Amino acid sequence: MVEAVSTVAEIQEGVRTAGRVHVLGGGSKPALSTNCPASDALALNLSGLSGVVEYQADEYTFTARAGTPVADVEAMLAERGQYLPFDPPFAARGATLGGTVAAGLSGSGRYRYGGVRDFLIGMRFVDGRGQEVRGGGAVVKNAAGFDFPKLFVGSLGRLGVLTELTFKVFPQPPAFATVTADFDSLTDLLSSLHAVTGGQIDLHAVDFGPSDGGWTLWVRIGGLDATLEQRVQALRALVSAGENAPRSIDALLGRDEDDLWQQTRAMAWLPEDVGLVRVPLTPRRITALEEALSTGEGAARRYSVGGNLLWLGWPNGDATAGTPNLNDLLLSQDLRGIQLISPAQKHSPDDGKGPVLGKPLQNPFLRRVAASLDPAGKFGGY
Amino acid sequence: MSVHPLMQELAGLYSEERLLTRPGQLMAYESDALTAFQQRPAAVVLAESSEEVIETIRLCHAYDVPFVARGSGTSLSGGSLPIADGIVIALNRLDRILRLDPEERIAVVEPGVVNLKVSDAAKPHGLYYAPDPSSQSICTIGGNVAFNSGGAHCLKYGMTSNHVLGMTVVLPDGEIAELGSESLEGIGPDLPGFFVGSEGLFGVALEITLRLLPIPQSYRTVLAAYNSLHAAGDAVTAVVASGLLPGAIEIMDALAIKAAEVGAKAGYPTTPALLIVELEGEDSAVDAEFAQLMQIIEETAPVEVRIAQTADERARIWKGRKAAFSAVGRLAPDYIVQDGVVPRSRLGDALAEIDRLSDSYGIEVANVFHAGDGNLHPLILFDGREEGALERAEELAGEILELCVDLGGSITGEHGVGMEKLAFLPKMYGPTEMQAMEDVRRSVDGKSLANRGKMLPSGEAESLAHVGPHPLEKAGLIFRD
Repeated sequence: MVEAVSTVAEIQEGVRTAGRVHVLGGGSKPALSTNCPASDALALNLSGLSGVVEYQADEYTFTARAGTPVADVEAMLAERGQYLPFDPPFAARGATLGGTVAAGLSGSGRYRYGGVRDFLIGMRFVDGRGQEVRGGGAVVKNAAGFDFPKLFVGSLGRLGVLTELTFKVFPQPPAFATVTADFDSLTDLLSSLHAVTGGQIDLHAVDFGPSDGGWTLWVRIGGLDATLEQRVQALRALVSAGENAPRSIDALLGRDEDDLWQQTRAMAWLPEDVGLVRVPLTPRRITALEEALSTGEGAARRYSVGGNLLWLGWPNGDATAGTPNLNDLLLSQDLRGIQLISPAQKHSPDDGKGPVLGKPLQNPFLRRVAASLDPAGKFGGY
Repeated sequence: MSVHPLMQELAGLYSEERLLTRPGQLMAYESDALTAFQQRPAAVVLAESSEEVIETIRLCHAYDVPFVARGSGTSLSGGSLPIADGIVIALNRLDRILRLDPEERIAVVEPGVVNLKVSDAAKPHGLYYAPDPSSQSICTIGGNVAFNSGGAHCLKYGMTSNHVLGMTVVLPDGEIAELGSESLEGIGPDLPGFFVGSEGLFGVALEITLRLLPIPQSYRTVLAAYNSLHAAGDAVTAVVASGLLPGAIEIMDALAIKAAEVGAKAGYPTTPALLIVELEGEDSAVDAEFAQLMQIIEETAPVEVRIAQTADERARIWKGRKAAFSAVGRLAPDYIVQDGVVPRSRLGDALAEIDRLSDSYGIEVANVFHAGDGNLHPLILFDGREEGALERAEELAGEILELCVDLGGSITGEHGVGMEKLAFLPKMYGPTEMQAMEDVRRSVDGKSLANRGKMLPSGEAESLAHVGPHPLEKAGLIFRD
C-alpha cells in the first residue's frame, strides 16, 4: 500500500502504526523505490513533503523538505550564482533531496569539493519510534553531538525517514572548460589519469569510459573566465604526460561543454532497457575489474570521480542470478555495488541484502546504531 | 592486600615502565589543554600496538572500568581528561604511518601519528593532509578523529570528517569494526562520518585512512588592518558575497594581535582588527582571483594592507595567528578558549555582544576567529589565583555559548563538547535529540565505559553518582595524595 504524505505528522503516524515502512520519493532510482522487499510494508511517498524552508544565500546554506526535487533547488541556487558542488545525479528524472541523501548519490562534480556527505550539514528524521529527531545544525561548521547527517547519507531508508535537510552550498564558478582525450588502451588512460589527478590543477570532474575501440577521458576545470584558456593549456600538457600520449586531444568551452556534462548527469551513455549499478572503487582496482567484466556479457561503463566510482550498465535484469552474475563478480573483486535501476523491475525476495550487491553491508557498529534508532526493525535493518 | 584483578591483568600485558600507577607518574595525565579540570586516573597504559589497545579495552569491559584514549592531550574541551579511577590508554607510541600511497592519494596511519607528520611524509609526493588545527605540530590524528578537528582552512575543504575515508576501530567492548574504505565514494550509511567527532564514546580508531590532496601550486596571503572589528567583519561579507572561495578567512582583534606580538613577534600592525585572507590554487587562477580580492579589500577602506610575497612571509603571517592561543597565556595567568559558531552574517552582532559582556563582567576577552565559517574563538582571560575568577570566567563563557545558540549557531565548531560544554549540548538540542544520542551511545557501549562523562550529561551523572572509595582504592592501588 502506498500512502502519499505531505506532513511530518502523517509520517509519524504511519511509522507508529505500521509493522514495516518503506519510503519513496521521485522514483528516479526505481530499483530502490519500487523494489520493496516486504509485501505488507506501508510505503510512504514523500513527494508531497516538498518545498524550501529557508534559503540564506549569504550564509551559503538552505533548508528544504525531504521530498523537494533536486531540480527545483538547483534552479533556486542558480539565480544567486550558487550550486550544489556534488552534482547530484538524476535531477532531470525527478530525484528528490531526500532520495539523493538516502541513496548517498553524488555526481561527477563531487571530485572538486566532496560528495553529498560533505555538503549535508543538518537534518530531521522520524525514527523507528515515530519521533522526529534533529541532527547537525544550520551553520557550516559544527562539531556538537553525534553527526547524524553523515550517518543518514547512504542509509537507504533503513534508519529512519528523512523529513528536512540543510545543505551547505558554494558559489558557482563563472566558467568551465573540459579537456577530452582519446587513448588506445585503458593502461594509457590510467597512466594519464595519475598524472592529471596528482598534478596541481584544481579539477572539478574527472570521468572516463570505453569508446570506439579505445578509452576517452574527460577532465573539467572551472574558474574565472579570463584564466581558463591558460589553464586549459596546462591541463592539456598534463593529460599528455602519461606514458603514451593520447591519440587525440581536444578542449570544449561554452555551450558544448555544458551539454557534455548535462548528458553525463542524465546518464545519456546508458543504453535503454539496461539496469544501472553503482560501484565505488579506487583507480587501482579498475584493471582487474575490467578483466573480470570482459568475461561476461558486454556492459556499458562510465567511470567517474577520478576512478573512485563506476556507473555500470548491467544488461541482465537480475544481477544475482545466472553464472557468472554481478553479485559474485563484485564479491570476487572485494567490491560492493548497489542496483539503482533494474530493467525488469523485479520484486526480489527479502534476502536482507536488498539492492546491495557484492560485499554485504553488515557491520557490528552499524548493527548497534540501527538497533537504537529502529529497535522494532520497522525500516528493515541491514 | 588484594590487588584489583584488572591491575593484575594489565600488569601481565604491560611491562612496569608502560603501566603507570604511581601518583608522580599519573600527574602528567591529570588534565589536557583545558587545564581548569584535573582528574586522576587509576592507571595509564602506554600502548605500543593495536593488539594491546584491543586487549586493554576488553579487560576494561570485563571489569566494568571506564577508559579514555589519549594522544597528545591538546583537547581544549577536556575531551581527554581522565575518568576518575578509570584507565587512560595513551596512544602516542602508535605513531606509524602504515602506508602512504601517492597514486591513490591516501595515507593509512595509526592514531598516535602527529597531524603535521602526515603532511611532512606526503610532501615529497606533492601531497598534503588538509585539516590544520592550530596545534597541528603536536596533536594526533586519533584525537583529530575523535573530535572532528578543524583549522583555519575548513571553509573550502572541510574538517577532519571530510578527509577520513576509512577506519578500523575497536568498539567499547573490544569488538573490531571496519568502517568505510579507500574510495572517495561508498555504499550504505557513512559510518566513518558518524564515528568521526563521537568524542571517544564509540571506541578507539586503530587505523585511519586519510585522503591526501595535491599541494596547491601557489598561495597568496593578504593581511588587512582595520580601524574596527566591525569594518573587518564587513570586509568578510564583501569577500564572501563576491563569489570568491578563499582557503581561509581569519580575524583577530586588538588583544589577540597584542598576544601574537608578545608570543610570536608576528610584527602585525597595531590596529583594532586584522583580517587574513588566503587564496590558493594554480598560479594563473590565483593571480586573477587576487586582483579581484584586492579590489574588494580596497573598497572596504583598510588602514594598511600587507601581501605575503614569499613562503617565509606567508609562514610569518600564519605563525602569529596560530600562536595566538598560547600567546594569550603571556597576557594573563589563565584563559578559557571558546569555540562557538554563529551564522556568518551575524558575526558583527555576536562580537558586539561579546564586547558588551566583557565590559559588564569586567573580564578581558581576546577574539581570534575563523570568520569565513562564523567560528568564534573568544579567549577569556582570568587569574585562577583570584577567588571566584574561574567561576566568573566560566559564567561569561556560558553566556557566549548561549548567545551562539540564540543566533542559530553551534556551541562548538571544532573543539567538541568534551567535559567543558556538557551543560550546553542540551541547550542546542532538545530532549528528544539528547535521548536519541544517549540511546545510540548505550546501544554501542552498553556499559558507558568509553570516555564516560564526556559529551553526554547522563554519563557524567552516573560517574558523579559513584560515591565511596573505588574498588581500586580499597585495594590500595589508587592514591589521593
